Amino acid sequence: MSVFLQIVQMALVLALAPLLTGFVRWVKSRLLGRRGAPPWQPYRDIARLLRKEVVLARNASWLFRATPYMMFTAIWLAAALVPTFTTQLALAPTADLIALIALLGSARFFLALAGMDIGTSFGGLGSSREMMIAALAEPAMLMVVFSVAILVRTTSLAEIADFMMSGAVGLRISLALALITLIMVAIAENARIPIDNPATHLELTMVHEAMVLEYSGRHLALVEGASMLKLLLYMALIACIFAPWGMATPAAGGGPFVLWGMATFVAKLAAGGVLLAVFETSIAKMRVFRYGEFLGGALLLSLLGAIFLYVSRGV
Amino acid sequence: MHNLGYDAAHLLGAVVLLMSFALLYQRRLFALLHVFTLQALALAAVAAWQGYIQNSPHLYVTALLTLGLKAILIPVALRRIIVKLNIHRAIEPALGIGLTMVAGVSLVTLSILLVLPVTEDSAALTREDLALSLGVVLLGLLMMISRRNAVSQVVGFMSIENGLILAAVGVAGMPLVVEMAVAFSVMVAFIIFGIFLFHIRERFDTLDMQKIESFRGESH
Repeated sequence: MSVFLQIVQMALVLALAPLLTGFVRWVKSRLLGRRGAPPWQPYRDIARLLRKEVVLARNASWLFRATPYMMFTAIWLAAALVPTFTTQLALAPTADLIALIALLGSARFFLALAGMDIGTSFGGLGSSREMMIAALAEPAMLMVVFSVAILVRTTSLAEIADFMMSGAVGLRISLALALITLIMVAIAENARIPIDNPATHLELTMVHEAMVLEYSGRHLALVEGASMLKLLLYMALIACIFAPWGMATPAAGGGPFVLWGMATFVAKLAAGGVLLAVFETSIAKMRVFRYGEFLGGALLLSLLGAIFLYVSRGV
Repeated sequence: MHNLGYDAAHLLGAVVLLMSFALLYQRRLFALLHVFTLQALALAAVAAWQGYIQNSPHLYVTALLTLGLKAILIPVALRRIIVKLNIHRAIEPALGIGLTMVAGVSLVTLSILLVLPVTEDSAALTREDLALSLGVVLLGLLMMISRRNAVSQVVGFMSIENGLILAAVGVAGMPLVVEMAVAFSVMVAFIIFGIFLFHIRERFDTLDMQKIESFRGESH
């Protein structure tokens, strides 16, 4: 049963990721008064990219060719670990928050290497900026993990979701601060607007697009697919830790509960997508030199959250 | 294990503290005023909620006073001062923003470390409210010393007062007279500040404290 659910989960995240990205783009263009491409446009883009041939630079090494596959696999695996509609997944015992961060970190590591591999100035610029963001975002993310782990006494995502659903936690300052931090980290990691602009190419402020500028064909399809999966993963992660309600639990059993879990998951994603689009249209892109303040602020908030764990009653 | 009254009061108090951090983070005067308004709204919500769970109606008066004075009157008045005096809208912090935030977190930690051992035998909610409000007060002080612009120093002062109100509503049985007195003394302080801002501006043509310091005749 759990193996079947795990396979369904892997297929579900893969199928929904482009739709989520397309949906966010569609809502954004609606908010800006444009008609916008339909939400399923990313499927077409990926299909088109898969049909096109790969153009490689003459000095591209094996690393450059292998990176899209490694990155996509790592992120897909990470997305498969996060419980989306049920906590009874075959991989649940390995679904550890620290393992999740490690998977995301290794994907980023390879992408940054690939950005520098060709030796173009844009690639190196993107890689160095990505590493700067990572150096600030990862500690903040780990602090969030520690806060949650101290509270719940586990780093297993399935157990965290079960614990949160049991209602034994209540409203807590630490959790609120952790939520804010996680949202800030998610914005930075997914190259969304105050940090990076996902809609533009060839701008001096870009980060993610600068690294993948040299990719084409199926490689680009994989890289784009991986970044779509990453957006879905972060939304699923936030939903799993802070709003797990509706997810099927071991106590509830299968059948209708699993379907209900899927429905609520899609609803959560839609709500997250709308909020993200509204946030992105209402805020301006930040200067590169201010990333440190934004992410340093996130790190300090998460630190404050961990401090408040010891102030609040009953840890 | 948990009760909603405690949790919500705690969370609202944390929102007030968070807004103090947001004040430290802002770089523009209007954004600063918006955050200050939000802090006052959160404070009014805290007062109203405390009035509800402590069953003491006079806290609703505090909430209304906070809402009227802090969330509406003072921001509107400060905004008019900024527009009228045509102040440069960007804030130049004396310390870097990152450094200020680090100092802020250390101050909050300090206030927690300070309050918790001292108030060990009082109720949990009171203790945490005291820790939170001491944090807000210290952050307000930090804001006053880390900003050069006179208007942002005034906002820092007002947020100190927000911290005091937060402490006052958290303690059960604080008489209304005290809160009224605090609220009105702040109002008077605000009026004096306003007059001073106009006079400083008229005399020295700037509200930047660093430039004004050179008028004191001390050679640097």
